[in-house]
Amino acid sequence: MLEIKELDLEVDGRPVLKDLNLTIEEGESHVLLGPNGSGKTSLLLGILGFPKYQVTGGNIIFKGKDITGLSTAERVKLGMGIAFQHPPVIRGIRLGEMVNLCRGDKTQQISEQTRILAKKLHFSDEFLERDVNAGFSGGEIKRSEIMQLMAQDPDFVMLDEPDSGVDIENMELIGNMIGELLHRKIQPSKRTASGLIITHLATITDYIEVDWAHVMLDGMIACSGSPDRIISEVMKGGYEKCVRECQTTMDRK
Amino acid sequence: MRKGMPDDNGPEIEKYTLKAEKHDTKDLPEIEDKYKQAFLNVGYDPKGAERSGSFLQVDHSVLCSKVVQEGVEIMSTTDAIEKYSWLSDYWWHAVAPEKDVYTQQVDRKQTHGYFLRTLPGVRTTYPLQSCLFTEQDGLSQNVHNIVIAEEGSELHIITGCSVAEKVKSALHLGVSEFYVKKNAKITFTMIHNWAPEVEVRPRSGTIIEENGVFISNYVCLDQVKDLQMYPVTYCGKNARATSQSIIYASKDSKIDIGSKMVLQGENSRAEIISRTVAQDDADVTARGILTGSAANVKGHLECIGLMLSDTARIYSVPELEATVKDAELSHEAAVGRISEEEIAYLTARGLSEEEAAGAIVRGFLNVDIEGLPAALGEQVRQMIRMSAESLE
Repeated sequence: MLEIKELDLEVDGRPVLKDLNLTIEEGESHVLLGPNGSGKTSLLLGILGFPKYQVTGGNIIFKGKDITGLSTAERVKLGMGIAFQHPPVIRGIRLGEMVNLCRGDKTQQISEQTRILAKKLHFSDEFLERDVNAGFSGGEIKRSEIMQLMAQDPDFVMLDEPDSGVDIENMELIGNMIGELLHRKIQPSKRTASGLIITHLATITDYIEVDWAHVMLDGMIACSGSPDRIISEVMKGGYEKCVRECQTTMDRK
Repeated sequence: MRKGMPDDNGPEIEKYTLKAEKHDTKDLPEIEDKYKQAFLNVGYDPKGAERSGSFLQVDHSVLCSKVVQEGVEIMSTTDAIEKYSWLSDYWWHAVAPEKDVYTQQVDRKQTHGYFLRTLPGVRTTYPLQSCLFTEQDGLSQNVHNIVIAEEGSELHIITGCSVAEKVKSALHLGVSEFYVKKNAKITFTMIHNWAPEVEVRPRSGTIIEENGVFISNYVCLDQVKDLQMYPVTYCGKNARATSQSIIYASKDSKIDIGSKMVLQGENSRAEIISRTVAQDDADVTARGILTGSAANVKGHLECIGLMLSDTARIYSVPELEATVKDAELSHEAAVGRISEEEIAYLTARGLSEEEAAGAIVRGFLNVDIEGLPAALGEQVRQMIRMSAESLE
């Protein structure tokens, strides 16, 4: 699904990712852990091709196609989607219209499909009339981002901290919906959607099982492995200790 | 020149003719058919569906003044002043005839205009509609409008001004005087749809009596050569006034527009909201003045501009003036470009950058307009959508 090869990435002339390699197969879901400022969000936005994130070396291959030079819109058309951690307020565009847009429906009349989806995310019809992200609470932003993703229905799903600042009740709902987005509820051989999830405390893994975990440090993927092992190492001794352990094991091998 | 007052090196009246060919009311169906779309574009429905009355003036001829609801009056101001001697008390009462060369011209060479009135206690079920239309090239239309909502009445108006497609140049001078009597309410929505060589000078004044409410909306989304207006509203005790303007200035349009609200009655409230988009070589001045001169008055001014080109200009002039200690006046002014973050967000949902910019501009102009029937609100949104789509 996604193959990142020796990627160097800059933001405003400042290097943020160095020689990064990552492969995500079809049907796989990965989590990405790491301290603040290690480059996790930059990686997601680089994959998505935001103009501010300049590739200075390496390639991004998506569905067998080199997309390194493509615009965000083109990448989205190929089947990428993202839930942002801090999305901007869009004045004058109602959430319901936005969900229509995500489905490629440009009519401003909020469609029945959108209303049905909103119910699933515990949003009322009135809520769909609100300007996108204007005055939304933390939990509402998470749910709204996931609702938009579900309307988009991408093959490759990126989620930037879907589990931070969310109360238990919302977390369960969000976990369920992400599970649906990532085909976690069907047998592995039938899964076609893949995912890359940034998570600070790995809370999301209490709700969905994932296939791989990576730890990012200083713009590099410093350590990868089975989620159980990596997450327990991180929880025990922090990111850096996990990376040290990881490297010793690898050296031994 | 005092700060905030428009500097008017405006249109030369002499360039335009006052000799208009007379249109006959028997030609009305033909005219309505011919300009149906132009009328609809400024909110005037020739069928009069969901309207409590209609007024149509083409060039200097009043072709329609039809009342549907009882307790409502619609006629030419020229006829009204003949019919009602008391109207002289309102004539040039909210606007001074000697204000400038344009008001002087309207005073001397008036060519009709509408008189709209609701009798005491009457509430219009549907809005009244009016359209002032110029069909003849090179013409000067000098209208004097008077609107009166008598005590306890409610008057909703949609008015549009436009020109025929064939009109290359024209001058529109429009004096409008609004009188909101005690406990009355007027909502007034004006849609302008001009052409590249049309010059426009509306001159408006509003007097709101005790507990009165005046809501004024202005929409101008098409190119115009030169438009300047500066309506002034005087708020009496407990009065409420709101002014909203939605401007999309393109090509080499020159627009100087603002509102002045004088909070002279105790407890009165006023709000001025303007949203301006400037594209191409457009030059827009967005003004707003709130004056608080009575106890416990409150006013807020919001003046936001969006720049879409390096050759356009937005000059934003918010002004507050208080002359009593417990006046509460505030303003918020901002001019900026479309946020890259917002564009990026929308492209992540599958829109192209151009579509994203269009959607953001549309959203920016999409302020809720109070007092519009649903169908017309939808039409204004559609107009905004079309203007924004020109970016895509």
